[in-house]
Formats: sequence, structure tokens, C-alpha cells
Amino acid sequence: MQLSISLLEITRAIDSWLNSAFHPHVAYGIELVLAGVAVILLVVAMAILMVYAERKLAGFMQMRLGPMRVGKWGSMQAVADVMKLLLKECLVPTNSDKLMFRVAPFVVTIVSFMTLVPIAFAKGIQLWDINIGVFYITAVSSLSVIGILMAGWSSNNKYSLLGAMRSGAQIVSYELSGGLALIVVVMMSGTLSISGIVQAQADGWWVIKGHIPVIIAFVTFIITSTAELNRAPFDLAEAESELTAGYHTEYSGMQFAMFFLSEYTNMFVLSMVAATVFLGGWMPFHLAGLDGLNHFMDYIPGIVWFFGKTFFILFLIVWFRWTFPRLRIDQLLKLEWKYLLPVSIINVLFAAFIALMGWYL
Amino acid sequence: METKDIKHDEFVINVGPQHPSTHGVLRLELWLDGEDIIDSKPHLGYIHRGIEKMSEALGYKQFIYLTSRMDYLSAHISNQACSLAIEKGLQIEAPARAQVIRVLMAELTRLASHQLWWGALGLDLGAVSPFFYAFREREMILEIFEETCGSRLTMNYITPGGVVNDLHPDFVKKVKKLIEQLKGNLHEYYQLLTGNVILQARTRGVGKLTAEDAVSLGCTGPVARASGVKCDVRKLHPYDGYDKVEFEEVLNDKGDNFARYWLRIEEMKQSIYIIEQLIDNIPEGSYREKLKGVVKLPAGEYYQRVETARGELGVYIVSDGKKEPYRVRFRTPNFSNLNALRPMLKGAKIGDMVSMMATLDLIIPDIDR
Amino acid sequence: MNSIYQYFRAIWYGFSSLWKGMMLTGHYLVHPKKILTEQYPENRDTLYIPERFQGEVVLPHDENNEHLCTGCTICEMNCPNGSIKIITRQVETPEGKKKKELDEWVYHLGLCTFCGQCIDACPQDAIKMSNAFEHSVYDRKLLTKVLNQPGSKLKSAKK
Repeated sequence: MQLSISLLEITRAIDSWLNSAFHPHVAYGIELVLAGVAVILLVVAMAILMVYAERKLAGFMQMRLGPMRVGKWGSMQAVADVMKLLLKECLVPTNSDKLMFRVAPFVVTIVSFMTLVPIAFAKGIQLWDINIGVFYITAVSSLSVIGILMAGWSSNNKYSLLGAMRSGAQIVSYELSGGLALIVVVMMSGTLSISGIVQAQADGWWVIKGHIPVIIAFVTFIITSTAELNRAPFDLAEAESELTAGYHTEYSGMQFAMFFLSEYTNMFVLSMVAATVFLGGWMPFHLAGLDGLNHFMDYIPGIVWFFGKTFFILFLIVWFRWTFPRLRIDQLLKLEWKYLLPVSIINVLFAAFIALMGWYL
Repeated sequence: METKDIKHDEFVINVGPQHPSTHGVLRLELWLDGEDIIDSKPHLGYIHRGIEKMSEALGYKQFIYLTSRMDYLSAHISNQACSLAIEKGLQIEAPARAQVIRVLMAELTRLASHQLWWGALGLDLGAVSPFFYAFREREMILEIFEETCGSRLTMNYITPGGVVNDLHPDFVKKVKKLIEQLKGNLHEYYQLLTGNVILQARTRGVGKLTAEDAVSLGCTGPVARASGVKCDVRKLHPYDGYDKVEFEEVLNDKGDNFARYWLRIEEMKQSIYIIEQLIDNIPEGSYREKLKGVVKLPAGEYYQRVETARGELGVYIVSDGKKEPYRVRFRTPNFSNLNALRPMLKGAKIGDMVSMMATLDLIIPDIDR
Repeated sequence: MNSIYQYFRAIWYGFSSLWKGMMLTGHYLVHPKKILTEQYPENRDTLYIPERFQGEVVLPHDENNEHLCTGCTICEMNCPNGSIKIITRQVETPEGKKKKELDEWVYHLGLCTFCGQCIDACPQDAIKMSNAFEHSVYDRKLLTKVLNQPGSKLKSAKK
């Protein structure tokens, strides 16, 4: 088992310097801490950027300007909001289950950070190139429902409980077709490892060379990931007009901020997974046979490709949220069990046939 | 209503008085079995201001401003109802110009009210954007009101004997611009919500109200018309020259949420049609018949009904010949329409409660008065 | 067979209707010129307020510090919520007659609902509504105003 923070000379240099200065075990520990801090900083920075971008996008979609007061064009608004949440008091309701109430935000946050582990940000920039990367992500991301249920139950609030129960039903059912959508690409790539899947797209992204099954899987995955994120139009767990704020009704201050952060982290992770699996991750836009084009595309660094694709999917999710009304709980489950799941199952069969015949480009 | 025993699996939640979907301070007690609603019980009175009692202490010209605060989205129409009742008592009629101005204002109010309803419905169903699209045209209407009447929401513009001010010179131009823009933008309503598959799923077949129920519960306005009950006061008992304009009483016999939604959208088109007929034909002449400083109605009872954006508003005045009314009573549409909520809610889901309340278009201060 | 057709039709209808909605919000996203927001404190100079806007009651004075109010209290009687209090005093005119004159025109802005009935009722057209709308103050005592300026008097006989 080896940390594969390699490639970039900087990380190599740090690695060799640490190994020369400290005992290898100590150096390894320091590397772990450094990697964790780097990822947390990246996610927090992205979350702040994303909150600002979402509010601006929503504003423009609704003929508004969005935040305009704090900083030029309101650019410091999200930072100011984070400061406010940090300074606020964390209230704990009197008759709540205090231990669970305090632990729940940590569970949700830790789970969402855990899912970041196998993501390949660029060639070689990956915390842990685990050979079952896709499986790991689907397995770990489903744990977040435990934190939500804990929050809903321990708050001793009927709205929270209803929200948590809705969230449980929703995440458990939408995982099925989300997993099946990933299986399509896994079959075609022949590997579960994230780096392997990216390598398999060296001569074209799966969404281009994978024919109809991958396109269907891509659409399904976008829908299911929106549902797993509890975002509109599937935001039943917090359903503002029905349950006030759902499972985090009773949370305030930093505890609320952790739920918020974990929601955004999950959003990044699922967008990154979609970008990696369907749109080629850090792999530039390549088409088989067109060497000139491929060579030209290689000049754009992988990290730009990766974040470009991620933000494209994030934009799609934001666009959904500010356009659609919310579904009802039974319609939500009907959509999964009557439409997405049968379509996904047939799609997997279809994809397996194509993968066996090797008909993709 | 009797209190119920709570069975093992049931639990009670209080929706309101502070809840995002009650649009005010209505409190609904819901008996739930999981997501299903077993029974409901509305609690009123959180915004009771005693408008009827306050009216007894004020003169006939004075108490009208209070009615703007009942159904604040139909302020003009409430003022119109009171003015008409008092004019009945004085046996006068507003000048022709004033009548046309009143109808124009009432229809603009109806448009503004339905637009706010459309935006709020989107908000209740979880779509935030419709709210802002609806407010774009509503803002234009409010600006027209502001120019002519001096304020935007509680205008106190229609008064016994006519209207307070003459129309603003820009009125006709601005209304024409509004109509043009509104006609161009109505397709957005379809694009964003009406045709949306999620809205269709949320509203079709949900919250059914039969015609019998609508009549026996006293529902009026779009709620009853969506169940197929003919109840448009503008048609049945025309006032202020509504018999001289052409318009259609929109009816639907489905009685579900979508019928009510569709009906209000169609009513907006009818309101536009009425305004189009009148905007070029505003008669010249006096806009107000000046009354005496202190109005005294001859002893007797006077009743006037009008069609607000939400249904039938009745104003009942008992006079004993003094300068204040002896008794004033308002029959408000929202109080009766609220009654339809309980039969609809039985067996529905929590999400349906929100869409039902949205399509009933309840204004809480109008219920409590 | 028909049911299968219906099934896929429903999927198609769902997607196309959702896409239509997304096109609308997308359209506004790429047309920033259609933004309607007015940034209020910055646009104070260009803010459009119609001249009839009812902001607060004022008692206009001319250059000689004279107003039109005779102190008849009709506005006070017509005010539905008691936001006007007219205090009068008895003065002796040079001819030796006793006459009622306005002493203080007390206006409770905190009680006023801006219905305009005082303006409508005033027989002298002495009061009118101004367009001021920024009424917030830190002390509610400041909301009670005396509208006639110190030393002002009734405009001498109108001709």
C-alpha cells in the first residue's frame, strides 16, 4: 500500500526531504496529515467558490444580481457567511439526544471527505489509487444517510424526523440505479480503479465512444446523484415549504455549517465521479485517429480539464435546482423504481452485450 | 371540533403559525401516519384585528381603509365593495368615468393577485424562479397603482361617490405597455410551470373538490369555478358596469389542483381582455361625486357582493342613521375556501398539503379579519 | 404494446418539458441585460418616485413662513387612527376680536397609515403628502412631529 502523491516534482521533493529528515514512519505520518489538510483546504475553497457561484447563477437566472454588497460584486459574501457561521452559538435542544446530536454533523462530514480519497485530480495526483475506486466511492457515500438519520432522530423534532426518514428512503433507493449506471462504464473499461477508467478513455471519452448505453447511464447518474445529494428537485429531506428545514432544522452555527459543507463536498465528489467516469477525468479531449487534434488538446493541462468538467456538471446541478419544482415523496420513489431502475437494468444488459462484442470505438 | 385520541403509530404536527407554506399565521394541526395525513384542524385568530368592530367606531368614509388590510392583494376590490354598499345606502351612483376606472383597477388588481399566487405556488412547490418572473409584471402593475393612487398595496383609492384622484396622465400608456409585455410573457408561465412534468404530477388528480362539496362548504371564486360551480358575481350580479364588458366566466369540472391552477391562468387572460376593451374607452367627465363631509346612511340594511381575486366578498352594513355604522359584517372568500382544505387533506401526503394550500390561494388576514 | 408506448411517451414528455423550463432559466442566465434589480441606496439620485406617492403629511410654508391651516380640525376628525392632533390657541386680533389660531399641528408618523383622508378632507388644501419615504429613526419619539414651523402664521387673507 503506497501513497501515490507522485508526479509533480514538488511532492517528490517534499517526500524525499521528509524521508531524509525524519524516520520513514514519521515522514509517512506527516505526509498523511499534509494530504488531508490539502484536500480539506481544496474542498473548503471550492465550497466557498461554489456557494458564491451558485448564488450569482441563481440571481442571473431570476433576473437579479445576486450578492453585491460584500467586496467587489459581492465576491466576499460567502467568506463573510462562513465567518458568521463560525462565530454563532451551537444550540442544542433541551430534550434531544445530546451525544448523537453532536456527533451527527461529524459523521456526515467525515463520510463526505472519505469519498474524496480515490479521486484523480490530474495525472498522478491522487490520494490513494485503490483498485476498487468506483466501488469504494459508492460504498462510502451511502454511509452519509446514517449521519442524516442520526441528526433527524436526535433532534427530537417531528419535522427533522420526517426529513431524515425521507432522506433515508431516497438515498437507499437511488443508490441502485446510480450503481448500475457506474457498472456500465466499469464493464466497458474492465476495471474498477479510477486511474484505470481514466486511462481507458485515452482515445475518447466514454460518453462519446460508448454509444447510447453510456449516454443513458450518464443521464441516469446525473439524476441519481442529484437525488443522493438531496438537492432540488429532490430536496425532500429539507423541503423548505413542507418541513421548514428537514433534518437540520435544529442545527445552528458551526454544526449547521458542517451539514452545509458536507452537502457541497458530496456535490463535488459526485460531479468529480461523473466527470471521471463518463467525461474522461483529467484526460484531454481525444478522438481516435485525429492525432493533430489530440496533440493540440494535450497542451491544456489535465487539472484544467478535470475541473472544467467538474464545474460543467456542477453547473448542470445548479441549473436543475433553480428551475424545477419539487417532487412528492411517492413520486420520487416511483421515478426510481418504475423508470430509472428498469431502464438502468436493461441498459446494463445492453452495455454488457456491446462490451462483449467490443463494438465501441 | 372534538380533540382526537392519538393512536399508536400516529403523530401530530403543528404546521404554523410560523411556517413557510402557510403564507402568514394560519396554524394547521395535522394528524399524520408517516407521510399520510389522517385529519387536519385549522386554528384561526392569530391575526384577528377586529376590523368589523373597529368599523363600528369609524365614519362611513373612514372605515373603508381598513378593508384594504383584509385581503391585501385585492385591496381595490374590497374598497370597491364598501363604496358600492355605501352608495346603495345614499342612493347615488358613481359617474361613468369613475365606474370604468374602478373596473380597470379591479382587473389590474386581479392580475397582480394572480401573478403573486403563481409565483408563490412555484415557491411552495420548491421552484424559486417563478416568483421572480411573476414579480416582474406585478411590479409594473404596482407602479401604475403608485402613480395613480399614491401607494402600492393598500391604496384607499376607491371611495364612495367615485375615486379619489383622476387617472395619472401616463396611465393609459403604461397599461398598454403592461398588456403588451404580459401577453408576450404568458408563454413563460407555460414553459416554466404549467407544462412541467413535475408540476403536472404534483397537481393533477390531487386535492379533488366536488361541485356538491364546493357548494355546501360555501366555496366561491376560482376554487368553486374549478369544480364547475358558476359563481362569478361579475356575471351573476353585475356591478360598476361589468355587464357592459365582454368576458367569459372560466369554468372547469375537474375540481383538482390543476383545474384551479389552469383556471387562474385563464382568468388572467380574461382580465387582460376586459382591460383591453376598456382602456381606449374611458369616458370623459367627472371622476368623483363629492359627498358631504360626514356621510350618514338612512337607517336600514345594505348588502353588496363583489368578486375579489379569491371569490365572493360580501359587505353588509346595518345603519341606524348615525354617522357611524351600527354593524358591519364582511363575508370573506378565504374563510369559506379554507373549509375545503379539510375534506381535501384526508388521505393526502404532506407534500400535497402544500400544493393544496397554494392552489386554494389563502390570504390569512382575510380569514381572521 | 400500447402501455409500453405510453411508458416511453411519458419519459419523453418529462424530459422535453423539463428541458423547456431549463431553456427559460438558461435564457435569462445569458441575457444579463434583462436584470431588473435596482440597487437602492446607490441609486437614490435616479430613483423614480411618482409625484402622488404618499410618504408623509406635510404642511407647506411659503417664503414668509406662512401656511394655510386655520386649525379647523377637520383633518383630525377624518383621520381614522388618530395620528393627527391639532392644538389651537385663542389670540386677539388688532381689531379686538378673539380668534382661534393654529398653535401646534402634531403629527404621529408612527400611527399614520397614509390613507390620504386628511388631505382629501382639508377644506383649505393646507396639507399635502410629500414623497419622503425614508422614515426610519432610532427613537420613536422622533416620529411625533410638529408640522408648523416656529413663528409661522396663517397666510393673510387670500385674494
